[in-house]
Amino acid sequence: MTLFLLRRTALAAVILLIVAILLFSMMHMIPGDPTVVALGPRSTPEMREAFREMMGLDRPVLEQLSMFLGRLAQGDLGQDVWSRRPVLTMILEVLPYTVTLALASFVWAVALGVLLGCVAVVHHGKWGDWLIGLVSIAFVAVPSFVVALYSLLVFAVWLNWLPAIGAGAPGDIAAQARALILPSFAVGLGWVGYVSRLVRAAMIEAMGEDYVRTLRAYGVAETRIVYRYALKQALLAILSVIAIGFGGLLTGSVFAEIVFTRPGLGKMTYDAVMSRNYPLVMGTVLVTSGLYVTCMILADAVTAWLDPRVRSAL
Amino acid sequence: MAAVTATTAGETTIREPGPLQRAGITLAHVLSHPLGAIGFVLVVLIVATALFAPWIAPYSPTAISVKERLADPSLSHLLGTDQLGRDLFSRVIVGTRTAMTVALTALSVSIAIALPLGLIAGYGPRWLDAIMILVFDSVSSLPMIMLGLAVVVLLGPGVSTVILVIVLYSVPSYARLVRTQTLSLKTRDFIKAEQVMNAGTPRILFRHLLPNVIGPLVILACLDISTVITLEAGLSFLGLGVKPQIPSWGNILSDGFAVIRNSAVPVIAGGAPLILATVGFTFFGEALRDALDPKLNPERKP
Repeated sequence: MTLFLLRRTALAAVILLIVAILLFSMMHMIPGDPTVVALGPRSTPEMREAFREMMGLDRPVLEQLSMFLGRLAQGDLGQDVWSRRPVLTMILEVLPYTVTLALASFVWAVALGVLLGCVAVVHHGKWGDWLIGLVSIAFVAVPSFVVALYSLLVFAVWLNWLPAIGAGAPGDIAAQARALILPSFAVGLGWVGYVSRLVRAAMIEAMGEDYVRTLRAYGVAETRIVYRYALKQALLAILSVIAIGFGGLLTGSVFAEIVFTRPGLGKMTYDAVMSRNYPLVMGTVLVTSGLYVTCMILADAVTAWLDPRVRSAL
Repeated sequence: MAAVTATTAGETTIREPGPLQRAGITLAHVLSHPLGAIGFVLVVLIVATALFAPWIAPYSPTAISVKERLADPSLSHLLGTDQLGRDLFSRVIVGTRTAMTVALTALSVSIAIALPLGLIAGYGPRWLDAIMILVFDSVSSLPMIMLGLAVVVLLGPGVSTVILVIVLYSVPSYARLVRTQTLSLKTRDFIKAEQVMNAGTPRILFRHLLPNVIGPLVILACLDISTVITLEAGLSFLGLGVKPQIPSWGNILSDGFAVIRNSAVPVIAGGAPLILATVGFTFFGEALRDALDPKLNPERKP
């Protein structure tokens, strides 16, 4: 088990290293003077020279790469071009907003998705199952930013029930919760469909197992079999998928944060892209990839913990 | 479509139906499922709109009319006009063409790149395979939209950047599929027979492996069309995709978002075709996959 996790962690570390090298080479593939790209066209020659010196751009490429990786290893993601603040500090400031949004979306989406999946299994082969299947695929297909825009239009602009902008004042829990409703709806909707389909497939598989036949032979009620025995099996089966998905949710919040003008990792990346704040973009991309890969390891750990066969497979 | 059926039909059948007949059988299978029927109707509608866009659109999608800014829907402007007085209906119609062009170009380029890469990884030496898989995994571990933002900040917005982002996102998973297929085909008797008969590697790769690998790949690409449309519209919505004057659903949404408190029509007009297209292509893709190759369904355990 430990060996398995060590291997997965090592692989994740290698992947992150490659991502960092890819980002570094992308930075060097930019056509034109990197200092102009980083500082913007309005920068003076003195500013560019200072920047060149600071970033070590006058040294050989390989030396720059090792310096870049060395700084990364120390947790130094560079400085914001405009405010000169450390990128890592800025990311850590907004990260809680994104994690809150992802968690909120996750909780309601998994709850509703599991429920829909169960209802579909109970009605297996009937029109209820068919309808839930149709709705689930549609939920998965519809782009989250269209959901965000439409829900903003209906609930914030027309009905004026919920705030259209921001994350609520710090300390005001009620306002924060209200500001969370629409964005988490937009982020989670696709996941409702995804989870319901996974649960349905896993439960239908479980319903074909011998122990379910035995339960039926003992006269256990069908709903009890579905909600108590098959569901347990299905939940175990989807746990690992859900852990990977959480990494996806973190990035799925990009559009919701922009549409609802909510502070967060996605909004920050977008603003950094718009202002061509190069170190900040690299930093956020690296941090999100890191979170993503961490979720992948967690998923592997959960799977390996639940299913000993996986441990020996890799 | 006929080519897809041909490769998945299996090599043991002696008298196979002709390509047209096979396409007909596949289509009948897709249509027999209500999901596939809805999807097929939507797909036909969208493709037809894209093909005949210039004839359907009553106005030029870029003609600015300052006097008629943000006009309500009327008989002369079916969906009203946007903040520059451009006819929204025409923009939506021509936007269909933009979406389809970008999606099809990007997916064709992805397939063209992923095929040789996957064949090399699957048929080439083990060390090369290991390196390629590691690189694919690394690129896939970059979240798609973040990858897009990183590329846009480097190359600037534009159609070619959008296509590049889509290619970067799809090539790893496509190449992986080709690799897996190649690995399993490599041990099959008909490939071994070729090797014994001293067939050259290019002959084995292109004459025997390629036709067997391309079918599943095309299905995967079909399933991806709605993701790709979403990605293009999403980047355009952020102002990082196709240029603002080019009509695209994402641009319409972006313009509409800016005036959402004055008029709801542009946002609704930009979002509705996007919903119809993504839902339509997903329904159709799923039905097509089930008709041609149910093994590809990730929810089905082998």
